[in-house]
Amino acid sequence: MAFFLGHYAYWFIIALLLIGFYAIIFKRNLVKQIIGLSIFQTSIILFWVASAVKWNATVPIYDPAFPLEETANYINPLPHTLMLTAIVVGVATLGVAFALLITIYKHYKTLDEEELIKEMKRW
Amino acid sequence: MVENAPVLIPVIYMAACMLISLTRLRYRWLAYPMALAATVLASATALGILYHVTRHGSFNYYFGGWVPPIGIEYVIDPLSAFVLTVINIVAGLVLYHSLNVNRLELGRKVVPYYAVAMLLMLGLNGIVLTGDFFNLFVFLEISSLASYGLIAVGERGSAFAAFRYLILGTVGASFYLLGLGFLHLNTGSLNMADLAAIIPNLEFGKDPAIVIALVMMTVGICIKMAIFPLHGWLPDAYTLAPSTSSALIAPIGTKVASYILIRTLFFVYGVDLVTEGIPVTTILGWLSAIGIIYGSILAIAQSELKRMLAYSSIAQIGYIGLGISMANPLGFIGAVLHVLNHAFMKACLFLVAANLRTQVGHSDISRFDDSYRVKMPWTMAAFTTAAISMVGLPPLAGFFSKWYLALATIENSQWVFLAVILISSLLNAVYFFRVIEKVYMKSPSGVADDAGAGNDPAQFGSGEPTSSMVIPVLVFAAALLLIGIFNALIVTTLIQPMMPPGM
Repeated sequence: MAFFLGHYAYWFIIALLLIGFYAIIFKRNLVKQIIGLSIFQTSIILFWVASAVKWNATVPIYDPAFPLEETANYINPLPHTLMLTAIVVGVATLGVAFALLITIYKHYKTLDEEELIKEMKRW
Repeated sequence: MVENAPVLIPVIYMAACMLISLTRLRYRWLAYPMALAATVLASATALGILYHVTRHGSFNYYFGGWVPPIGIEYVIDPLSAFVLTVINIVAGLVLYHSLNVNRLELGRKVVPYYAVAMLLMLGLNGIVLTGDFFNLFVFLEISSLASYGLIAVGERGSAFAAFRYLILGTVGASFYLLGLGFLHLNTGSLNMADLAAIIPNLEFGKDPAIVIALVMMTVGICIKMAIFPLHGWLPDAYTLAPSTSSALIAPIGTKVASYILIRTLFFVYGVDLVTEGIPVTTILGWLSAIGIIYGSILAIAQSELKRMLAYSSIAQIGYIGLGISMANPLGFIGAVLHVLNHAFMKACLFLVAANLRTQVGHSDISRFDDSYRVKMPWTMAAFTTAAISMVGLPPLAGFFSKWYLALATIENSQWVFLAVILISSLLNAVYFFRVIEKVYMKSPSGVADDAGAGNDPAQFGSGEPTSSMVIPVLVFAAALLLIGIFNALIVTTLIQPMMPPGM
């Protein structure tokens, strides 16, 4: 039980990851697939951020009360900075994905995956 | 001077990307010469780096003077210098070829097209140069986003193909990032050399996190590389993309992904771990073997030249995967040599498809006949050379990588894989000789139905295309012959020194 409660953040992240994955694989509408993709990416970003946490530690801003030598007093700032970059990458991906969807919709007047596959085969 | 050369290549591409975007305001014709100049400069720099590395050994570039575990570094060792040279030269030749094709297929989209192509090259070069796993992720996404764009401007349906590639590619990159998260959580480092020193000291039996990290990262890279069950995005994307994009992404993109795989498995996790600790290479080997057979059989079933080449790419990636999975020196040589050979062969074949599309207006194999050879003798000669090299007849390049792969399977007593290599060579022969037979033997009986199929001679010129489209194809074909003849030299001077530690 303590194992489950102690890792509640990770259980939440796994749930998010699976929801995103489910949407990517099983949803027919392409916009819903992108939403799933976004959830999937977010869960991974949360995983990184969660990995930075330490018990009884403070934000990584220099405080004279905690000497810099005792790094255990500060949470790890590196994952946050890395994830800022990953968020930017995610935003760029979403932008490209929506641009593609606009093109697809202009051509086929539908965003339903199975209808699109049928259209592709007919052509 | 040469210490700063590595960082010069991304800077050239970045500057070219921005300047090309600016040409849109007034001097649109400048886009092509500028893109070409950037690739030529980058190729020259890469060649200089390669020469320096073979003479004086590896060196590093520290960004801002920060020393590695903290700072980001570019690592130039024989492997990265080699891949760097290959991708820049191939890109240079393909872009040299691209002028008329792009004018025909893209119209006014040419300027942004070249800008995005520069971004693609920036990403791919960054992947090869970097010695930092997170930096690699960022470059991977830059190159992937650029390739989605390059594919999506193609013919009808290419946007949907690019979208599917985007979904799968982003899932792949996310898996990679997740695996990297586990790795970072357990080691506290993202630097490849640093990780390579830390990982052997961890206790693998007790640390499932490293196993998960390895598996997740491998799956992510294999999606980008299109190893067999993860290849779903590839055929449509390569077929429907504009001719230049196919010729640019097919030879380079998946090769750089296989470079990441080699780098991750052998140089970071270490040979012992991926062969004995966790059976990654065994699984990779079987999947590659299935992929080789699957890709070859489906290639036989295709009637469209570009789609056939796309399926053949899945098979050829399988060869590289198989070479990596052998995890012995011969397999490694075979895999790296095949990276070079396949880059040149596929670029040559896709450029031939582009020449056909501009001159005849289609690349449908069932409509090929004798008249194509009469009209375009040089293009068809190059096609035949590359096709024979793909089948693997000496003295062309393709033979030697398969030879090393076959020797590697014998050394590991993997008889099934040996059979796969031999059978797939036969299958290659089936789908390429079918085309060659049509081009050289079939008399043009169906002239009437050709005219009925909308081949307006006024729109598509007859005869050879312009020299800018024939020369690159011939250079690739000649290079295949030269690589084949000088393969021993390439193996001893370039590939032997890049052998990963412990192999």
